[in-house]
Amino acid sequence: MISEQLDKIRKEALKQIRESDGLDKLNEIRVNILGKKGELTSILKSMKDVAPEDRPKVGQLVNETREAIEKVLEETKNKMEAAARDAKLRAEVIDVTLPAKKNKVGHHHPNTIALEEVERIFTGMGYEVVEGPEVEKDYYNFEALNIPADHPAKDEQDTFYINGDLLLRTQTSSTQVHEMEKGRIPIKMIAPGRVFRADEVDATHSPSFHQVEGLVIDKNITFADLKGTLAEFAKQLFGPDTKTKFRPHHFPFTEPSAEMDVSCFKCGGKGCRFCKGEGWIEILGCGMVHPHVLEMSGIDPNEYVGFAFGVGLERIALLKYEIDDMRLLYENDIRFLNQF
Amino acid sequence: MNSSKSWIKAYVPDLSCTDQEFFDAMTLSGTKTETYTPLDKNLEKIVVGQIKTIEQHPDADKLVICQVDIGTETIQIVTGAKNMKEGDKVPVVLDGGRVAGGHDGSPNPAEGIKIKAGKLRGVPSAGMMCSIEELGSTKDFYPEAPEDGLYIFPENTEVGADAVDVLGLHDTVYEFEVTSNRVDCYSILGIAREAAATFKLPFNAPAIEVKEDGEGKTSDMISVEIKDTDLCTNYCARVVTDIKIAPSPEWMQRRLASVGIRPINNLVDITNYVMMELGQPMHAYDLNTIAGNKIVVKRAADGDTFVTLDGQERKLDKDVLMICDAEKAVGIAGIMGGENSMITDDVKTVLFEAATFNGPNIRKSAKRVGLRTDASGFFEKGLDPANAEVAINRACQLINELGCGKVVPGIVKEGLPIAPLKRFALEADKINQLLGTDISKEDMIAILNKEEVGYDAATDEVIIPSFRQDLNQMCDIAEEVARFYGYDKIPTTLPKNSATTGGISFKMRVEKKAREVAQFCGFSQGYTYSFESPKVFDKLLLPEDAKERQAIKISNPLGEDFSIMRTIPLNGMLTSLATNYNRRNKDVRLYEMGNIYVAKSLPLTELPDERMQFTLGFYGDGDFYSMKGVIEELLDSVGMLDKVEYDPNAGKSFLHPGRQANVVYDGEVIGYLGEVHPVVCDNYDIGTRVYIAVIDMPHVVEHANFDTIYTGIAKFPAVTRDISMVVPKEVLAGEIEKMIRQRGGKKLEDLSLFDIYEGSQIKEGFKSMAYSLVFRDKEKTLEDDEVNAAMKKILNGLESLNIELRS
Repeated sequence: MISEQLDKIRKEALKQIRESDGLDKLNEIRVNILGKKGELTSILKSMKDVAPEDRPKVGQLVNETREAIEKVLEETKNKMEAAARDAKLRAEVIDVTLPAKKNKVGHHHPNTIALEEVERIFTGMGYEVVEGPEVEKDYYNFEALNIPADHPAKDEQDTFYINGDLLLRTQTSSTQVHEMEKGRIPIKMIAPGRVFRADEVDATHSPSFHQVEGLVIDKNITFADLKGTLAEFAKQLFGPDTKTKFRPHHFPFTEPSAEMDVSCFKCGGKGCRFCKGEGWIEILGCGMVHPHVLEMSGIDPNEYVGFAFGVGLERIALLKYEIDDMRLLYENDIRFLNQF
Repeated sequence: MNSSKSWIKAYVPDLSCTDQEFFDAMTLSGTKTETYTPLDKNLEKIVVGQIKTIEQHPDADKLVICQVDIGTETIQIVTGAKNMKEGDKVPVVLDGGRVAGGHDGSPNPAEGIKIKAGKLRGVPSAGMMCSIEELGSTKDFYPEAPEDGLYIFPENTEVGADAVDVLGLHDTVYEFEVTSNRVDCYSILGIAREAAATFKLPFNAPAIEVKEDGEGKTSDMISVEIKDTDLCTNYCARVVTDIKIAPSPEWMQRRLASVGIRPINNLVDITNYVMMELGQPMHAYDLNTIAGNKIVVKRAADGDTFVTLDGQERKLDKDVLMICDAEKAVGIAGIMGGENSMITDDVKTVLFEAATFNGPNIRKSAKRVGLRTDASGFFEKGLDPANAEVAINRACQLINELGCGKVVPGIVKEGLPIAPLKRFALEADKINQLLGTDISKEDMIAILNKEEVGYDAATDEVIIPSFRQDLNQMCDIAEEVARFYGYDKIPTTLPKNSATTGGISFKMRVEKKAREVAQFCGFSQGYTYSFESPKVFDKLLLPEDAKERQAIKISNPLGEDFSIMRTIPLNGMLTSLATNYNRRNKDVRLYEMGNIYVAKSLPLTELPDERMQFTLGFYGDGDFYSMKGVIEELLDSVGMLDKVEYDPNAGKSFLHPGRQANVVYDGEVIGYLGEVHPVVCDNYDIGTRVYIAVIDMPHVVEHANFDTIYTGIAKFPAVTRDISMVVPKEVLAGEIEKMIRQRGGKKLEDLSLFDIYEGSQIKEGFKSMAYSLVFRDKEKTLEDDEVNAAMKKILNGLESLNIELRS
């Protein structure tokens, strides 16, 4: 009797579930059949009319029916939910090629990028980055660097003077002297900074620009060490295939002195408009610190020796980024800066 | 310094290499070659032709038809030139040849001009006869050429010969960059000596011998007195009689022309030739104009004037050295001779002068007198005192060779004795130690000998020739050895000594952090000049007594616009923003990290305080509070945000009076921010609101702290209470927040303003503000009572500020 009833309930339930058209309907079916007032529940309630010895069997039948219905309900529910999720995802397709929402971050100045490159390379080799004053005493800018009062190099550099003794430094080499005077050896430093020369503003000149000075003082430093250090610098700055060429030159504060060319990093040395067809680009001046310079700063030239170099930051920035007019570096047009 | 290859080869006859090889080798041995110019560039198929007949063109008045013998055949050429006659020999470009340029003097095209046979007004023409300009030169260097028309060769020129060769144009001019220490290389002979050493070839300096074929004795005709030996260390004089002024020979003209010196006449050309060959300028006086047969070398007096041979009156002073005779000045020493003693075409007797003047003095005198000449350009480098006698003898030798006068026996020499040759120890080991090389002593000596540095084996000393004033010690010799050994052959090593740690300073680290924050907030980095115009102070409306007006002046600025060192960083920023605004760039945000220069006292007696300023500026998207946000990001990133307050009484003339604040850290002003005053915006032509901030970095560096300590993540729930209030307008948010924080105690974790309103629903003179307060206890769940107690304290405090609570 009861088993027939249960069978009927099950069939009816499965039919309703099959025909249901959504989760709401499914829930309604669950409540109608399995809920507190549901059909199956009412059968359980009628257990009191069953003979006690049959109750376990009937109970088992009821549970089996319940489990069977619940299983189908659950399966159907899962299917429906998956279908609904799929439909939602399909509806949410976007055009991924629409423009990005940009984060408005600012940009580095090309000088700073060049400087940070130089600093990265030399701090990696154990160099300390130091600074010196931009308004400087004549002594530090000239005299202590072996450029006495009447030296022609003083004229060549078209110095801005404040008065007879104070000037705007024409070279970061002045920082060498301050560092040597501190009397801490070994010295391994680079000194970046602003320098000034009385050049009218044009595409290749600026009355204010930036240099990075380098100085190493220790025992047994050689010209070969200078070459090796700067060749490594050039490779790190311009790429591992960069070749270097050292040409004899003259600076009052170094002897022997040299200028360093690097193989053109645009054409690899074949010759192009950047290297004016020469395959080489002049990058920096360098040399072994002149013994007189060491002596003036209180370092015994018989015991210590060293090398120094100076590189123009703007020169590197202009070359590396193919900037054709130096004025762009000081105009600060955002359309220029945004490119870096 | 220019030199032609042919002139160098006069002393290094075995030199044979391409122009590029010469360029490369000389540059690598230290005589940097800037450029080289082949003089026969674009000159192809040009021969000497002889004009046989000239006939009028039948259809053109201005053209003639010439039959020209070119050695192998006779060709017909139609020309518009007028200056030739039958029998003349002229340069002829054949069909398919090339010339350097046109005859109208316009710049020569890079590829020259190709010449093809063709017809002119119907008459065939097989080539072109040319002017000196078409051959790429000028009448300046070929003075025999006509003003306008064909170049005409001397009668004895071989017909059919290579015309370019006849003109001496198969040559190359090199331009050298000579460094200031190599005075000896400001001469063809010096360059040639370097070339000989570079290519390891024999060097044949001219043997100088004077044939003294004149009458009398030089010392009877002239005496020399040097009153100021500090400015003139020695002076040589010679006399040449029976002068015959004429053009100098072709070879001399060509050599001078090849280095850019215009031939004038034999006498002038000889002095110029010696100047270029030996690097020693000379002067020639008409001896008949020299009063008392006496030369006195002495300083001028302040206020003296003198007419130089270019007819200009020059103002002198006591530091200008003069060449005088017994009565008057006859020349400015080392710069230019006087009109009163100049050589004219009817000169009979010449006084030659070769002297050594003080280089720096000549340089300064030339500047003050306002006359920089070829001669002063040489003297100012500080010449070899031994060279003067060599030069004057060389000039007299050329007088002999050119047959243009008779050299009077004897030379008059005055001045300080010439110092003996310098000697010092070779120290081969130290040289190798310095260079990092292993060059044998023998190789070093061979290199040094090649450039005429001697070696005394007995004393192991090098002997320095007088022209190498730059060689004074071991390191100088090391450079000589290195550059001829080859810089490229020196090994490449890294320093092997003490390890160093390196790194950047704390100051740089803080500045870098500030740059990062600025960029994170959308500001791009600008660079502006450190000097500016004093007009900036007016543009920024700074009062007359503003301390910023105490700026350091540059004594020799490039102009008023670059004449003072900045004391405030805003002009650069506003100028850059204006540039962007005028170019219609939208939403521009810039920052700069640069120094201002604050004088401790003026006029400046000690180094100024260079203070790094972090300057931000923007227009477009954003307002005062956006800028304030950037400042707080910065201060947060360096651990300083907790002690920051804003004081609206900043008193900045260039900012909006109601929208400015000083940034105060722990009671100390570390910067300011605000909206730029509309008048200042007008002064910079910016038609929109601009916001700026300036942070004095030394203050930030002093207090910055990158040490962060983790405080744990709150485990217990927070309690949030909102308060809504009506506040008198003059009460600042800062005061309210300070009050709430003080009274809220330790449990007040955060407070934030979520609404502010002024308007119709709020009574006149008041504003509505609403804060959200978050309380939390780190150790336990907060009880309502505790929060209520804290709130009560806060509310009491707010009442004391005349704030009413809204329900």
